[in-house]
Amino acid sequence: MSLSVRNLRIAYRTLRGDVQAVDDVTFSVADGEIMGLAGESGCGKSTLGNSLIYLEGRMRHLGGTVELDGKVLPISDDRAMNRHRMRDVSIIPQYAMSALNPTKKIGVLARDLLKSRGTKLAKVLPEFRRRVALVGLPDSVLEMYPFELSGGMRQRATMVISTLLNPSLLIADEVTSALDVSNQRAVGELLTEFRDRGYVKSMIVITHDLSILAQIADTIMVMYAGKLAEKADAGTIIDRPLHPYTQALLSSLPEVGVRYEEEELTGIPGRPPSLLDPPAGCRFRDRCPFAFDKCAEEPPFVELLPGHQVACWKAAQDVAGSAEREHEEAAR
Amino acid sequence: MSMLELDKVSKVFKSGTFGGSLKPALRQVSFGIDRGEVVSLIGESGSGKSTLGKIVLHLTPASAGKVSFEGQDVTEKKGRELHEYYRHVQGVFQDPFSSYNPLYKADRVFEMVRQEYFGGLQRDAWEAKVETVLETVTLNPADVLNKFPHQLSGGQQQRLLVARALLLDVKLLIADEIISMLDASTRVDVLNMLVSLKRKGLGILFITHDLSLGNYISDKTVILRHGAVVEMGETPKVFGNPQHRYTKSLLTAVPQLHKKWAPFDWSANGSAAPASNGALRPASGAAAPVAEEARETRRYSRSSLSPLHAAKGAKSTPSVGAGAAVAEEAAPGPRPSLMEMEGGRWHRRARRRVTLAEVLAESAPPPLVECEPGHLVAVEE
Amino acid sequence: MSDVDQAATSSAPVAPGAPLTGVRAPGAAPVGGAPLGRKAYSGGRRWEFLYFAVRNKKLVLGLGVEIIFVLAAIIGPYFAPYPPKQFVAPAFLHPSAKHLFGTSYFGQDVFSLLLYSLRNSYLVGFLGAAFAGVIGLGIGFIAGWRGGWLDEILQTFTYIVVMIPSLVLLIVIGAYLKSHSAFFEGVFIGVTTWPWVARAVRAQTFTLRQRDFVDLARLSGKRGPAIVLKDIAPNMASYILLAFILLFGSSMLIAVNYDFLGLGPTSGISLGDMLNLAELWSGLQLHLWWWFIPPGAAMTIMVAALLVANVGLDEVFNPKLRET
Ligand SMILES: Nc1ncnc2c1ncn2[C@@H]1O[C@H](COP(=O)(O)OP(=O)(O)OP(=O)(O)O)[C@@H](O)[C@H]1O
Ligand SMILES: Nc1ncnc2c1ncn2[C@@H]1O[C@H](COP(=O)(O)OP(=O)(O)O)[C@@H](O)[C@H]1O
Ligand code: SF4
Ligand SMILES: [Mg+2]
Ligand SMILES: [Mg+2]
Repeated sequence: MSLSVRNLRIAYRTLRGDVQAVDDVTFSVADGEIMGLAGESGCGKSTLGNSLIYLEGRMRHLGGTVELDGKVLPISDDRAMNRHRMRDVSIIPQYAMSALNPTKKIGVLARDLLKSRGTKLAKVLPEFRRRVALVGLPDSVLEMYPFELSGGMRQRATMVISTLLNPSLLIADEVTSALDVSNQRAVGELLTEFRDRGYVKSMIVITHDLSILAQIADTIMVMYAGKLAEKADAGTIIDRPLHPYTQALLSSLPEVGVRYEEEELTGIPGRPPSLLDPPAGCRFRDRCPFAFDKCAEEPPFVELLPGHQVACWKAAQDVAGSAEREHEEAAR
Repeated sequence: MSMLELDKVSKVFKSGTFGGSLKPALRQVSFGIDRGEVVSLIGESGSGKSTLGKIVLHLTPASAGKVSFEGQDVTEKKGRELHEYYRHVQGVFQDPFSSYNPLYKADRVFEMVRQEYFGGLQRDAWEAKVETVLETVTLNPADVLNKFPHQLSGGQQQRLLVARALLLDVKLLIADEIISMLDASTRVDVLNMLVSLKRKGLGILFITHDLSLGNYISDKTVILRHGAVVEMGETPKVFGNPQHRYTKSLLTAVPQLHKKWAPFDWSANGSAAPASNGALRPASGAAAPVAEEARETRRYSRSSLSPLHAAKGAKSTPSVGAGAAVAEEAAPGPRPSLMEMEGGRWHRRARRRVTLAEVLAESAPPPLVECEPGHLVAVEE
Repeated sequence: MSDVDQAATSSAPVAPGAPLTGVRAPGAAPVGGAPLGRKAYSGGRRWEFLYFAVRNKKLVLGLGVEIIFVLAAIIGPYFAPYPPKQFVAPAFLHPSAKHLFGTSYFGQDVFSLLLYSLRNSYLVGFLGAAFAGVIGLGIGFIAGWRGGWLDEILQTFTYIVVMIPSLVLLIVIGAYLKSHSAFFEGVFIGVTTWPWVARAVRAQTFTLRQRDFVDLARLSGKRGPAIVLKDIAPNMASYILLAFILLFGSSMLIAVNYDFLGLGPTSGISLGDMLNLAELWSGLQLHLWWWFIPPGAAMTIMVAALLVANVGLDEVFNPKLRET
C-alpha cells in the first residue's frame, strides 16, 4: 500500500470563516497505480493534492492522517515535511508551466531545487540528461529560459525535474489542461511511461478532463464539493458509473464524431454549493435528478461493489435491489 | 460572396531589437464565413489562430492580404467607420479572467457598450435590453449583475461576454478558444448557446484546438498549421475523410472515453513526441534533437505538387466560402532560400536584412487542391 | 489589483517552503484558484484593503512617523521657539531645555532651524516627485500604448535625458540665474529624474496593453486615451504610488546633495543647507554633533519611514505577501 489517507480534513482560513475544501476524505493508492482525480472547478482537487505535500499560508489541517509506504507523513509540520518533499512525495503544481521562474535557466532551476532538498545536481546530472532526452527535449534546454520553451516543452521539463529523486508518489495537477491535443497526448503518455520505468511508484493525476483519465489512469476518484463521490477502476467509472454526478460529468463530454444536429449534449444545471457553509445531507442534492427524501441525510462513502466505492443513497438502493433480484433469480 | 472574406491574409511579426528578425505567423490564409454559419479554426498552439481572430477584429493589422466584411475592406477602417464595424463584428476571448478589468464590476463591459453605442437610450429601455440578452445566454440577472468578476464562475463570465456582444447588432462573432478554460459541464452550456445563436443567423468563427468540440458545432472546418491552411471544407467531410497527414495525426491524438489512443504519427505534426515504451525515439519539434530537426527542415521554395495529389487531378477552384485559397502560380525553378523552417520555427539563412516582401514570398504556403467537392487539402511537402 | 501585482512580481523570489522552489513562483495563483479563493471576502475590495492596512504594523508605523514630520513641516514654523537664521543665543550651546538641539556656530537655535528647513525639504521632495511623476507617466503611457516609431523616438529622448549630467547642467544654470528658490530646485530635480519612471511605466503599459480587457475596451469602441486612463492606469495604481514615494525620497536626497554642494536655493533654508553650513564651519571638527546630526537624522527618518510604509503597502496590496 503506497499511500493511505484517512479522514483527511483541510480548510482555508478566510475572513468569513473556514472553507472546508477537503472534508473527511479516505482513500488509498496502491504501488504502481495511477489514480485520476476528477471533478468540477472548485471542488477541492488541488487542495487535496497540495495538502499531501505543502500547506500554504491559509491552509489548516483539521484532522486525519496520511501514510506513505507505511510511514505517517507529518503534513502539518512544514519542517518535518521538508525531508519528504521530492524524495517521497513530489508535485507538479497547477499552472507550474506558466509559473516557472522566468529569470532562471532550466538547469539552474533544477540545481536550486535540488539544493533546497539537500542534494547536488552533479550527482544526478547524467540521469537528468537521460530523462530530458527521454521526454523528447534536446540537451540544450538546461541552458534555456522557460519562456524560450513552448507550453508542451515546459510541461515536460517540470515533469522531469519534479521526479528526479524518484519519489514514491507524484501529484500531477492539471498537467494537460493548457495544452493542445498532440501535446496533451504526449504528456499523458509520458506519465504512464514514468510509472512503467519506475521513476515514480504511484501517481495522482488531477484533471477535470475525464477523457484524459480514460487514457492513462488505472483508477478514477471523483470529488464533489470537498467530498468523495465515487472511486473505482477507470473502466468501471467510464462505462458503469453509479453516482449521478459522475454520470452527469460523463454525459456532458462531446465524443469525437458527435455533432449538434444529431445529438445535443446536456450539461449539469446549477452550480456546486459554497464550501463556506455547505448544505447538510448529500451535497449534490440541488442538482441531482434522482434526489429523494433520504438524500437529506449525508450518504456514506462505502464500497457497494467489489472495488467500487460510492457515496449515494440511490446507487446503494440500486445495487442492493439488483443483488436482491439476482438472489431471487438464483433461488428460483 | 460570403459575409466575411479573408483573401490571402498574411501576418509577419517583427521580433528582436529594431525588428531584426521576421516571423511569419499567418501565411496567405483565405476562407469565408456566411450568415448563420459556424466555421471552426483548428490548430495547435502557436499556429496563428488568435492572430487571425485579432486581424478580423481589427486589433492587429495584417501584413498582407485583404479582409472584407459585407463587401467592404476592413483593414482600412478607422474612426467612425471602425466604430460602426464593431456594431456588427464582435469577439470573445480565450481567458475569461483576463477579459475583465479586475478593478471594476463585471457588468462594466455592458456599460462601456452603452456609453459608446446607446448613449441616447432611456435607462429603462437599456435595462430591458440587458435583461433580454442575459436571457439569451441563460443567465439570471440577479446572479451576475453588480458583481465583481472574481465573484462569477468561469462559465458565467464567458456567457456574460457573449451577452455583451449580443447587445450590439452582431452579425459575426469571433470566439477565440472560449471554452478551453471551462470544465466539461459548463463547456456544454456555452456550446449549446452558440448553436442556438447560429440558428438565429449569427456567423461564428469558432477557434479551438479541440477537434471534438469543433466537430460538434461547426459547419465548416479550417485546419491551420504553422500559419497556413492544410485542409478545409465541410466539417463532415474533413472529419469523415481526412486527407492531410497532419489532420489525421491530430485526430488520433484526441483523447476519447471509450477508445484508447491509436498509434500516432508523431512526425506529421512537427510538435515534439515522447519516447515510446523502452525505445528512445528522438522527437521532432522546436527543440528536437538535431537529426529529427534536419528531417523536418523544409524549404518553402515551392516544390512541385506531390504526385498523389496531382494524380487526383484536382482543379484548384476557389470553393470553400467562395474565397478559397488559390494555388500559387509555380515559380520558375528553385530559388536560393532566404529562410527555412525547422520544426515550426523560422530561421533566417540570408546574411543581409530580409524585407517583408521577401518573407511573404518565401513563406508562401503549399497550394491547396480539391480532393472532393467542398473539401480542399494542401499539397504535402 | 492583485492580478497586476502578480504579473509584476512574477520574477520575485519564491515563497519560502514552497514545495517546488522556483517551479511555483508567487506569480502563480494560490495553487488551485485565486479567483475562487478571493470570493471568500465578499466584503469588497476596499474593506478588505482597509482590514489589512490597519493591521499592517509597517504601514501604520511608517505613515504615523511621516505624518508627524509633515505636520511639523506645516505648522512647525509657527511653533518654533526662535526665528531661524538669527543669532538668538550664544554659539556652541549644548542641547538643553531652552535650546532643544543646542545652538550653532552662529548662535542660531538648531531646533528652530530644523522646523523651518523641513518645509523646504518637503516642498522640494513633493515638487520633484510631482514633476518627475507627471512627465514620466505621460511619456511612459504614450510610448507603451502607441508603440512603433513614436515609442522609439520617446525611448531615444529618454535615453538622452539620462545621459545629460544634471549636476553640470545645474552649475551652468546656476551661473546664469542670480538667485533661485526651493521651487526651482524641486522642478529642476523633477525634470531630470523622470526617465526611470517613464521606462517602468512604459514596460507596465506594454504588458497591460496585451491583456484581453484592453482589447475588449477597444471592441466596445473606446479610444486610446480613455483606455489608458480608465483601464490601464488604475491597474498600475499601487505601482504608481510606489514610484511617487520613491521619487519623493530621492528628490529630497538629491536636494541635500545639491545644497551640500552649495547649489541649493539662494533663499530660504533646507536640511541640506544645515548640513552644508555645519560642514563649512567645521561643525564636525568642533564636535558640534547637535548641529549636524538632527538634520541628517530627520532626512534619514523621513525617507526611511516612507520606505517602511511602502513595504507595508506592498504587503497590503499583494495577497501573496499578506499575513493571515
Ligand atoms: N487560498 C485560498 N483561500 C481561500 N479559499 C481557497 C483558497 N484556495 C482555494 N480555495 C477554495 O477551496 C476550494 C477548493 O479549491 P481547489 O483549488 O482545491 O479546487 P480545484 O478542484 O482544484 O479546482 P480547479 O479545477 O479550478 O483547479 C474552492 O472553493 C476555493 O474557493
Ligand atoms: N505580438 C506578437 N509579437 C510577436 N509574435 C507573436 C505575437 N503574437 C503572436 N505571435 C506569434 O505568432 C504565432 C501565432 O500565435 P497565435 O496566433 O497566438 O497562435 P494560437 O492562437 O494558434 O495559439 C506564435 O508563434 C506567436 O509566438
Ligand atoms: S444521495 Fe441522493 S442527491 Fe445525492 S447523488 Fe445520490 S440520489 Fe442524488
Ligand atoms: Mg490562441
Ligand atoms: Mg485545481
